[in-house]
Amino acid sequence: MTSHATASGYNFAYLDEQTKRMIRRAILKAIAIPGYQVPFASREMPMPYGWGTGGVQVTAAILGPDDRLKVIDQGADDTTNAVSIRKFFEKTAGVATTTHTAEATVIQTRHRIPEKTLSADQVLVYQVPIPEPLRFLEPRETETRVMHALEDYGLMHVKLYEDIAKHGHIATTYAYPVKVEDRYVMDPSPTPKFDNPKMNDCAALQLFGAGREKRIYALPPHTKVVSLDFEDHPFEPTKFDHACGLCGATHTYLDEVITDDAGGRMFVCSDTDHCEERRADGHRGALLGEAPAAIAGAAE
Amino acid sequence: MYVAVKGGERAIDNAHRLLAHHRRGDPAVPEVAPAQIREQLTLSVDRVMTEGSLYDRDLAALAIKQARGDLVEAAFLVRAFRTTLPRFGATEPIDTGAMQVARRVSATFKDIPGGQVLGPTFDYTHRLIDFLLEAGGEPPEPARAAADETAMPRVTDLLGADDLIERNPPGDPDAPVPDLTREPLDLPAGRDLRLQNLARGDEGFLLALGYSTQRGFGRSHPFAGEIRLGEVEVELFSEDLGFAVPLGDITVTECQMVNQFKGSATEPPRLTRGYGLAFGHCERKTMGMALVDRALRAEELGEEVKAPAQDEEFVLMHSDNVQATGFVEHLKLPHYVDFQAELGLIRQMRREIAERQAAADVVLKEAAE
Repeated sequence: MTSHATASGYNFAYLDEQTKRMIRRAILKAIAIPGYQVPFASREMPMPYGWGTGGVQVTAAILGPDDRLKVIDQGADDTTNAVSIRKFFEKTAGVATTTHTAEATVIQTRHRIPEKTLSADQVLVYQVPIPEPLRFLEPRETETRVMHALEDYGLMHVKLYEDIAKHGHIATTYAYPVKVEDRYVMDPSPTPKFDNPKMNDCAALQLFGAGREKRIYALPPHTKVVSLDFEDHPFEPTKFDHACGLCGATHTYLDEVITDDAGGRMFVCSDTDHCEERRADGHRGALLGEAPAAIAGAAE
Repeated sequence: MYVAVKGGERAIDNAHRLLAHHRRGDPAVPEVAPAQIREQLTLSVDRVMTEGSLYDRDLAALAIKQARGDLVEAAFLVRAFRTTLPRFGATEPIDTGAMQVARRVSATFKDIPGGQVLGPTFDYTHRLIDFLLEAGGEPPEPARAAADETAMPRVTDLLGADDLIERNPPGDPDAPVPDLTREPLDLPAGRDLRLQNLARGDEGFLLALGYSTQRGFGRSHPFAGEIRLGEVEVELFSEDLGFAVPLGDITVTECQMVNQFKGSATEPPRLTRGYGLAFGHCERKTMGMALVDRALRAEELGEEVKAPAQDEEFVLMHSDNVQATGFVEHLKLPHYVDFQAELGLIRQMRREIAERQAAADVVLKEAAE
C-alpha cells in the first residue's frame, strides 16, 4: 500500500504511513481493552475539528484499496458532511463507495447505526465529539481517568437516579452511556439510545474516533454492551407512535419533517438507504405519493 | 434546505463556487496578490504563522487570501498543510540574547545597555483614521543611523547577574523535545509543553486570560521586563557533520515578564518569570502568553490555584482556536436525529403531566360533588 499514491499528490487515504501505523497501534490497544479510551496523537486534518476528524483518521488508517466505503450522517448518505467526507476519500484514496449498507466493508457514521444488521466482514467507524461519558459530571480529564481506573461510576448512577427523581425518566435520549464487558462505562457517541441495543453482540468491529479529544476506543465483534439502567427503571429504547410515511416501517428510527407552517409534519426513516430498499421491495408508506421530492428522493 | 436529503453533493459544489465568487469581490477592483498581503498585512501574516505553527510568510499570505481575511481560518489552512510535512528533527534552542534587534523596550529600567529601541510600533500613535492612506502614496523614508555594535543583553540576564530573579533551570541538551502535534497532551504537562501549547494558542484567548490576571483573577504583579523583536538564527545539529548548521533567520517577538518575588526562610527573595514567544511581530500575543505562563506556574511556586488562568487543564484544553472553532461551529452540522430523541422525551413527559393533571382534576371534581 505504501506506493499507492493518488493523483492528488498525497499518500493513499491522505495520512502518511507512519501516522497510520501510530493510529493502528492505538486501534489494536483499543480492541484489546474494549471500551477503554486510548490516547492517540491525533493529526490536524483538512476538515475542522468536531466535523469527524477522529472518524476520518480511523477510516484512513484501516482503509485498503479494495474496500468499499459508506459514509452516513444522521443515518443519511446525502447529508452535507457525509457527502464531504465521502468525497474526501474518493479523492485521496480512490476507493469505491456505496450507499448500500450490505455492500460496504467500512461504514463511517455520525449519530446513527444503520438499521440493517451488520456482518463480520464490516467495520463501523463512529465520529465522536466527546468520548468521555463522565465529562459532563466531572469536567477534568485528570479526574475522569482515575474514575475509570478505579471503576468508580457512582456519579453516573446518581445522575441517572436524579433524572428519575426529577423527571420520572432517565432524561438521556442520546449518547446514552453503556457498560462494556462489565468493566468500562463508554459513550456510544451521540447516537440516539434507540441504537444502543445494536451495539451489543454486534458481529462487526466497531471503532470510535475522537480527533479533537485525541482518543480512540473500540468494541470488538460480539462484545457485551449493556445500557445503564436500574432494576425498577429498565432501559427502554425510544419508540415511535408512527410508521415511516414513505416505507411504512414500524421498527426504524424516524425523523420528523415539518412540511408546512400549519403544523403539517411527517415521519420518515432516518436511515435513507434502508428506507429506499424497503420501497424497492414494494413496501409503501401512507404518504409515499404525496411527500415532497426533497424528502422522498428523486424518482428512482 | 441545507440537509438536502437528495442533491447535497451539488449544493456543496455550488456553495464552494459561490464562496470563490465572493472571495474575489467586485471584479472592477484589482485582485489582491499574496505578495501584497505578505508585505502590507504583515501583522496578519505573523499571527497566522504563529497560530498555524509554521514559519512561512508566503504560505500564510496565501492562506489569508484563501480565507478571505479570516485569520483563524487561515491558521487552520496552514495547520492542515503543516501536518503533512515530514519532520527532520528539533533545532538547537534559539538565542534571543544574540538577536538582531529591531525593537526592544523595557518597562523596568529607564535605560539599559543597548538602549530602548522603539522600532516600528503603534504605541504612541494617535488612533485617528488616516485618510491620506486612502489615496496611497509613498511614505517618507525611515530615519537611519549607523548600526550600533553595542551588545543588547536581555534584561532578565542583567537581573540574573545580581541573583535578583529566579534562575532558569539548566537546559538538558539530551532531553527529548516534546511535540504536542505528535503526541497527545498528557496532563499535568511540563512547562515546555505548556509553552508550546500557549505559543500556538489563540491570541484573543491569551489576551483575555492575561487581562484577567491583571484584574485580580490570579494576580502576579507583572512588570514587562523586556519585549524584544528581531531576527535570530536557527540552527540544526547535523549528525553527519557533528556540529550545528545554520538553516536561516527568523523574526520572533519575545516577552519576558518579571513578576512577584518569592523567598523563604532559607532562600533569599527572587523575582519570578513569565515567558512569551511568537513568530514575527506579535507583541499582544507574547505579553498575554507571558502573563498566562506565569499564572500557570502557581502550583510550582506554592501559590493557591483558584483563578481560571492558573488552571492548567482549563487553559491548555481551550487555548487552541482551530480546535475551538471546529467544535463550536460543528453545531451547524445536522443534529436532527438527537434532537428528535429529545423532542420525543419532552412530548412524552408533557403528556404524562397532562394525564396526571387530568386525573387530579377528576378527583377534585368528584370531591366537590
